[in-house]
This record gives sequence, structure tokens and C-alpha cells, in this order.
Amino acid sequence: MSAPLLEARQLSVEIGGKTVVDCLNLSLQPGERLAILGRNGAGKSTLLSTLAGLRPPQAGAVLLDGEDCALLPPRQAALRRAWLGQFQNDPFGSTVLETALTGRHPHLGRWDWESTRDAELARGALKALGLAGMEARQVHTLSGGERQRLSIATLLTQAATLYLLDEPLSHLDLNHQMAVLELFAGTARDCGAAVVMVLHDPALAHRFCDRALLVYGDGRCAQGAVDDILTAATLSELYGHGLRQIEDRGQRCFIPE
Amino acid sequence: MPTRRRAFLILSALSLLALASFALALSAGSLKVPLPDIVAALFGHGDGAADMVVQLRLPRALAGFACGGLLALAGALMQVLLRNPLADPYVLGISGGAGVGAMFGILIGLPLLAIDGLAFAGALGAMFLVFGLAHGDGSWTQTRLLLTGVIVAAGCGALIALMLSIADEGKLHGMLFWLMGDLGQTFTWWPAALALVVALACAMPFARELNLLSRGLMQAQALGVAVGRLRYTVYLLASVATAASVTTAGSIGFVGLVVPHLVRLATGNDQRLLLPATVLAGGSLLVLADTAARTVIAPMQLPVGVLTALIGVPVFLFLLSRQPK
Repeated sequence: MSAPLLEARQLSVEIGGKTVVDCLNLSLQPGERLAILGRNGAGKSTLLSTLAGLRPPQAGAVLLDGEDCALLPPRQAALRRAWLGQFQNDPFGSTVLETALTGRHPHLGRWDWESTRDAELARGALKALGLAGMEARQVHTLSGGERQRLSIATLLTQAATLYLLDEPLSHLDLNHQMAVLELFAGTARDCGAAVVMVLHDPALAHRFCDRALLVYGDGRCAQGAVDDILTAATLSELYGHGLRQIEDRGQRCFIPE
Repeated sequence: MPTRRRAFLILSALSLLALASFALALSAGSLKVPLPDIVAALFGHGDGAADMVVQLRLPRALAGFACGGLLALAGALMQVLLRNPLADPYVLGISGGAGVGAMFGILIGLPLLAIDGLAFAGALGAMFLVFGLAHGDGSWTQTRLLLTGVIVAAGCGALIALMLSIADEGKLHGMLFWLMGDLGQTFTWWPAALALVVALACAMPFARELNLLSRGLMQAQALGVAVGRLRYTVYLLASVATAASVTTAGSIGFVGLVVPHLVRLATGNDQRLLLPATVLAGGSLLVLADTAARTVIAPMQLPVGVLTALIGVPVFLFLLSRQPK
């Protein structure tokens, strides 16, 4: 059996001296989708960037394709995993197409320029996110939702096998939320990619992910198949607010009491 | 979309501009020399007058080009490093450190070479001071770096003001010209030219990584840039480029801030094109400004730093107003 795309071994993560995740073991195979849920400040984003190898863990190790992230050269890591951050700011001007093309960086040699094939990939990604025809627009003229979709398009252009998404639905309206989630579901199903996403809506997590990881913020974590772990009882405890669960045609909905 | 072809065309045009600026610098002045005579003199077949002009004006034009290129390159690199469009080569106190060294040298009456040496030592001193203080807690963030640099620059400014206020009248003129930037005092041109070639050659391999760095540290790291190492390299390159320029010609303002923006407005923000283009544009601008500085009210000479601002500000405002929304 091949090595999992992402593996965390005895991983501990701290924020400002406080351990928010302790001794986490996690493994993600091709095609799997994992949702990370938890309260604000529970350490979801920090955990995600640690899984991406962007910050060193307090203890334990993260493995990408079976290789220790800490020992992997940055470019090799970028060929294996793509990371979507929560915040983008653009102090300097740049067009939509140029921004999407930055995803090709790990695929290019030091002196290479983007080829027409790279541009085609970028245009394809922009089209998949409903940004076709906006290639020449300056990024600072985009709305929040358009900027978010551009970031996701850049991620697709990177063409990694593991996607780590920090609140991919922020700023998106309802139809684009569904389109983005369908897109990553398709990428996982058809291309064998693995997807980890930080989400705030347990119903969407239940519908679009196979497994969920609940982060309590005090070091405790719980994970399991969405059907088992995303229940009114566990979620009420996680968020500290009572939830009622409604089922409809195999989908779950959670209503705050 | 950025392509090699477009970059080549733009750089060719800018090279022509650089050549034209040299032609003007060599022919203009109290003694007008026709272009053919200059070309003949450059190849060693000139008559006496043209020869002399080339020997006097060529080193000054070369120094001017090198300093303009160094400042523009350092400015472009600082703007990426600090991810701040308002950054310039002097924002982190390098020119302040050089100024303290140079003012001290002039104050105690040292010869030109020793003043240059003190200026360079002051620039490197400021560079290491800012680096050490900003790096103190290991965070080395943009904000901490910027704040440290601004404070060190302010401290240097106070020391310079102190030395200006106790200097005697005879030395004040030279000190003020140094502070405003002046190519008339240049000792020799080749160290700056060498620094320019080395700095550009060291920066170019990282140009595409710099594009990513300007979009954010985490984004750049996620896309495969060794961010920590790259930022040290950029800081070192920008600092040494600035130090080489201020040592050669004093703290010429404006070029380092505005030329990168001028080029960015005209060509976009791809560092693979921006870095060499900014070197050519900055060098040409300074050569033209210096030619004007020594000719407009000849035989009196102006400090070139005044002229760079007078030429650059209207050009910049014009381009800014044309920028498509």
C-alpha cells in the first residue's frame, strides 16, 4: 500500500505557549476529504498551517507522501500540497491571470518563464471558478468573493495532490459555496486528491466530507466518520451551544436551540 | 501574461534610453562636443579637447549611472522585502549610517577617500545594527524591521544635525552637498559599477520568488519559496547596493523610491522584468539629472539630488493619473 498523502504522528500544536492540539494522529488517503471543526481560536488554522509544513510543530511530525515535512525542500513540499490561507492582501498591482499563474511556481525551473501550457492551466482554473473573461482585471478591483475564488483558482493551478483549505467558503455566496465544495469533491473523486478543509457549517461538512476532526482547543481532538461524529450531542459540546439535528434524504441539518 | 519577448523589447528600449543619456552627458556642458568626436575619442582616435571631455565626463556619467541603478534596484528590493510601496533604500537607516560616517569625516577634515571609507563603514554599521535589533527575538517581521530601521535612521539624523550645527562655515557647503547627493565629489566610479553588476546578478535568479514574496510570506512559503533565506539575501543585497551608492555619491533621494514605481506603472510588477528595467531607468534618470545639474545654471553646479526630484515628480504624477482604474 502506498504511503498516505498526509500523515500526522503524535502531533502537538501550540499558540502563544498554550497547547491547543496534543498528540494528534491522523492519516489521509487519496480521495479522502476531512473537515476540521471547532470554535473560534481553537487552533484550527494553526493546525492546518502546521499540517502544511508552514510552521514547525511543538512536537511530533507531519509526513507528506511518507516524507517528513520538516526535511522536505519547500519546492518539493509545494508540489505535494497546496494551502489556502484566510487572508490575502495585495500591496502591489497584479492581474488576475498573473495571480493564478503564481500557482505554477513550483513546477518551473529557476530561469523558466510560464509557457502557454501553464497559461492554459491557469485559464482553465479561472473558468472552473467562474472567473473566465476577467484575466486582465487588477486584483484590487475584485470583490471579496471574487478574490477568494481567485485564490482557489491559484490553488488548482498548483495542481498538488493534497489540498489544505482554511475556510474556503469565506466571502462566497451560496451558489459559489456549493460550486467550490462540488469542485473539490470532484477533484478528490476523479483525481485521487485528498482535501482537508476548515469549515464552520457542520451540515456542509457532513455532506461534503468523509471524516471530521473536532478541535476543542484544550489539546483534545476527536475524529471519525461524519455519520458517527457529527451529531447533535458532540457538536453541542464542541460549540458550547445546544443544537437540534434534522435529517432529510440522508443529509443532516443542525439548528441552534 | 508576462513573456520573455515582451521583457526583451522593453529592456532593449530602456538600453537605448541609457545610451542616449550617456550621449547627452558626454556632449553637454560648458564645452560642447559633437557626438562623432566623442565616439572617436571613446575609441582612442579623438583630438585633445574631446579626449579631455571624455576623461572628465565619462567617469562622472558612469558613476551616476551606477548609483542610479543601485538606488533603484535597492528600492525595488526593499519594497518587496517590506511589502510596502512606500519603502525606499534609505528607510532602514543605511543612508543615515553612511551620513554619520561622512559628516564625521568632513568635520575632522579627512581626505575624500577616508570620507568614503567612513561612509561605507557607517552604512554597514547601520545595516548590522538594524538587522541585530530587528532579529533580536527571532521574529524578524516586516513591522519590526521597518520600525527598527526608522528609529535607527532617526538616531542617525540627530547625530548628523548635531555635527552640522557644530561644523564651521567652510565645511557646511560640502556637508550639505553630500547629504543632498552630489556626483561632483565622486572619488572613483568603478566600485559602484561593480556593486551594481554583482547585486543585479545575485538578485535575478530569485526574481520569480520575489514576485511571490511580495504577495505574502505564508503564500510564498506554501508555493515553495525558502522564505527565511530569501529575505536575508534580499536584505543583504539591498543594503550593500545602498551602501555602495551613498558611499559614491552621497544620499541622493527620490530615485530609489520613485523609479521602481515608475517602472511598475509602465510594465507591471514582474520582478524578472522590473529589476533589470529599474536598473536601466534609474541609471538613465540619474545621468540625465546630473547632466542638468551641472549645466542649467553653469558654471554653478547643483546637487543632483535636487534635480532627480524635480524631474521625477511630474513624470510620476503624470503616469499615476494615466493608470487605468
